[in-house]
Amino acid sequence: MDYESAKVIGAGLAAIGVIGSGVGVGSVWSSLIATVGRNPSAKANVELYAWIGFAVTEAIALFALVISLMILFK
Amino acid sequence: MTNPIEQFQILPLIPLKVAGVDISFTNSSAMMVVAVALSTLFLTLSVRSRALVPGRWQSLAEIFYEFIAGMLRSNVGSEGRRYFPFVFTLFMFVLFGNVLGLMPIPAIGFTYTSHIVVTFALAAVVFIGVTVIGFWRHGFHFLRMFFPEGAPLATALVLVPIEVISYLSRPISLSVRLFANMTAGHIILKILGGFVVTLGSMYVLPGVFPFAFLSAVTVLEIGIALLQAYVFTVLTCIYLHDAIHMH
Repeated sequence: MDYESAKVIGAGLAAIGVIGSGVGVGSVWSSLIATVGRNPSAKANVELYAWIGFAVTEAIALFALVISLMILFK
Repeated sequence: MTNPIEQFQILPLIPLKVAGVDISFTNSSAMMVVAVALSTLFLTLSVRSRALVPGRWQSLAEIFYEFIAGMLRSNVGSEGRRYFPFVFTLFMFVLFGNVLGLMPIPAIGFTYTSHIVVTFALAAVVFIGVTVIGFWRHGFHFLRMFFPEGAPLATALVLVPIEVISYLSRPISLSVRLFANMTAGHIILKILGGFVVTLGSMYVLPGVFPFAFLSAVTVLEIGIALLQAYVFTVLTCIYLHDAIHMH
């Protein structure tokens, strides 16, 4: 295997880490929907935490993406 | 199609060199000047009338003020009020950097928050400042933060290193979150823009579909730009809370 193809395959493998973040973000929103469904008056209080949880979980996907890009463009 | 990471290149506008150190005025510094000038102009001009019943511009400035003041109140408490100027400045700087980066500004258009050197400098200031505040307020009792109250003494061997590592990784996660969000967003926009140009130049009609998708992603990116500025500030508030109240 030459260097170029190994690089591209490695970048693809590094992007697999995005799966975990996808599960995490889905879990954040599903909890929010379940919470608001049970108690609609709590929406204003929990929505803020949902956005923070979303941003913090999404960042994990971007860590994987950054590593993938570093392999690809270095 | 050009390289999607070409847009992050720093270009010197006014080359300067002092004692062997490159301090050129670059497109990154130009955008920082624009962001600082715009936010200063916006905040001073909008509240100049000091009306009791605010007009449109003054309401907008008051929304920003109330937003950060409320964030500090709910996350840090009343002791957080003295740190309001710093937190507000941080929020406006990151917000303007994110939002202006999405604007197609000729010659100097650039997102300075998409560079880890900028976000890490901001995060390092927050981290060092928060640590100094913690030691200043609590003295060496601040080290108690690395060992939770009520845990058995035998668990210290495991808990203390974990807490120390998680504390030290705060500036890294804070800065990488912002920089990675901005970088990834701009790369996605560039790649989708490439689809529109290549497909649209061959057949006009199919080019509409990637263009529609690109428009949706642009809206998402504006949301991300606002959200990431908010998250950066909220986490700063939470770190400040930890330093002042220790859990």
